[in-house]
This record gives sequence, C-alpha cells and structure tokens, in this order.
Amino acid sequence: MKISNLTKGIIKENPTFVQLLGMCPTLAVTTSMENGLGMGLATTAVLALSNMLISLVRKAVPNKIRIPIFVVIIATFVTVVEMFMEAYMGALYSALGIFIPLIVVNCIILARAEAFAALNGPIDSLFDGIGMGLGFTLSLSILGLVRELLGTGKLVLFGTTLLNLPIPSTIALILPPGAFLVLGLLIALKNAYTIRKEA
Amino acid sequence: MENAGLMTIIISAILVNNFTMSRFLGICPFIGMSKKVETALGMGLAVTFVMSMASTFTYFANKYLLIPHNMGYLKTVMFILIIASLVQFVEIVLKKILPSLYQALGVFLPLITTNCAVLGVTLMNEQFGFNLIKSVVHATAAALGFTLAIVLFAFIREGMETNDIPEPFHGFPIALITASLISFAFLGFSGMV
Repeated sequence: MKISNLTKGIIKENPTFVQLLGMCPTLAVTTSMENGLGMGLATTAVLALSNMLISLVRKAVPNKIRIPIFVVIIATFVTVVEMFMEAYMGALYSALGIFIPLIVVNCIILARAEAFAALNGPIDSLFDGIGMGLGFTLSLSILGLVRELLGTGKLVLFGTTLLNLPIPSTIALILPPGAFLVLGLLIALKNAYTIRKEA
Repeated sequence: MENAGLMTIIISAILVNNFTMSRFLGICPFIGMSKKVETALGMGLAVTFVMSMASTFTYFANKYLLIPHNMGYLKTVMFILIIASLVQFVEIVLKKILPSLYQALGVFLPLITTNCAVLGVTLMNEQFGFNLIKSVVHATAAALGFTLAIVLFAFIREGMETNDIPEPFHGFPIALITASLISFAFLGFSGMV
C-alpha cells in the first residue's frame, strides 16, 4: 500500500481542476459551501466503496461485460447512500435533489473503476477512491465558498453564519451562469499558477 | 408539473429550464463535443433519439415492474441498466438496418450511457408523475433544448478558434466562460412559464 494512492487525488490529480471530470454536479450543486461539501462527501462514499468492491471482483468479471457490471455495482452503492441521506439528512437530501441518484453517471467514478480499481488491489483502490473523493470535495467546497460568499455576501455552514461581508451581493453568481463563470475563472487561475511555476 | 399542458412542458424544457444551461445536465458532451458544429449536431440528434426511447422504456418498467412490486427504491439501478442496454441495442440495430445513420451517429452512441441528461430526464419523468405521452414529449423537448445549446455553443467556439486568448484561458476555462454568457441569455426566459 502506498500513501501516494491516497494523496495524489487531492491536489496533483484533482478530479475537477486537473482531470476536468464530473462537471455536472460540480456546477449544479455549488450554490453554497454546505451543498458542495455534502455532495463531495456523498460522492466520496460511493467512490471508495465501489472502488473497493470492483477491485475485489475484478478477476471474476469477464472483460466484455465489465462496464455494465461496474455500473450496477456503482448504482447499488448510490441507492444505499441515497436512502441513508433521505433518512438522516433531510435538508441536504432535498437541496441536492436529482443529483444524488445522478452520482451513478458521474464520470469520476467510472473513470477510477476503469483506470485504477480494475487493475489494483482492494486496499489501494479504497485509498484511491477516498483520495479522489476528497479532492472532489475540496474543489466543490472551494467553488461553493466563492459563489456563496460573493453571491450572498454571507457564509452559512450548518445553520451558523461564519462570515458576513459588508459587500453588495452579486445574485448572478448563485444563478446558473455564475457557476460556469466562477469555475472557468478558478481553472484559469490554477493554469496561470502552473504556467508561472514552470516558467 | 403533473397537470402541466404539453405546450408548457415543451417551452419549459427547451427554453426556460434548458437541460444544459440551467439544469446542468449533460455538461461533459456539451463541452467535449462542441468544437465543430457538425459533431455538435450529430451528438444532439443521437441524444434526442436515445432520450425519447429511454423515456418510453423506463416508463413501462416503472409502471409494470417497480410500482406493482413496491420496489421504487430500485429505480436508479433499473433505469441505468435500461439505458446502457438500450444504447448497445440501438448501436447494433442501426449498424444492420441503417448503416448511413450509423455512420453519422455511431461514434456518439457509446458516450451517451454516461450522459447524465438521459438518466436525469427519466428520473424527472418519474418524479413529476408524467404519463407516457408527457414523458416522451418532455424527453424529446429536453433533448432538443440540449441540441439547441450545444449547436449555438459550437458556432461560437468555431468562431473563437483564431482569436488571441490569454494562455491560462486556453481550452476549458474560455469554454466555461462562453457557456456562462449563453447561460445568461437563457436566463432571460425565466419566469415565462
């Protein structure tokens, strides 16, 4: 087991900013930091569990029908997570809405299953899943933080107001166009940093 | 939504709640397949075809298999299986019967399984309690909305090809910012329905 399996997903191979995967939930649910965090953690749970199970069954699965089998495994875990959230986290469950069942078609999960879990052992795959999931959670939280803070002027986390900036709120940022705009600017910022570091 | 008229469903799915620009479904093909107008149009048509078929099949599966046996919680697993097998089936049939159409749409078909707009529309149909006709109309209109957005986007991207864009914005970031501007335009339709 290598520790790099856990850490590489967080920054170096970050799913959102480096691999540009899983854009739909990234753009859709990040109207607040809390939603981004919740979506990220739900995806992490599915990613870690499905990666581990896929790695365990990888030798028994015929190569030709591996994708449908992977998809069924992923969909099963998504259903488990969905039922868990419906039972214990009602507010988050209704805020994320249709994007919880849509974790099934989040490309990060199938991409990790294909590129990592189908080739590596279960413990490594579990750690890869957790690392990638945390990287995804981090990006969603950052995007949610920027949009919530500039869009409403406030930062509310679990019912408590953490920050209250004396700036005019830019509602457009929490509307759909703001999602594209903020993500585009953040990726450009990251690119500018990489270019400067290389030069 | 259950009692909405067909016209309302159509206008809502194409313009007001456009699947790509305001519901954020199908962003991956929207950005990945929009470098040329021709590919964008091909992708749009393939999605339209699969989405309307998928709505029909999931409607029957939901009504006659899941609801009578009280297994609503299995809908995510069931729907994605239906979509995956449907895409595979369409691919085989098109190859045999309409090779010319297969030539045009073939490369896009495997990508559609993981297009969240397809699973999204079937789950929404179920959630809104649409009957068969409304489900199919909703899916077709949503797919046309996707086609409209991706083709508009491809026209702009083709035009931008020779523009001088600052280096950090190359590729993905400028595409997202362009999408943002189109999304502002679609925002103008809000409140219409």
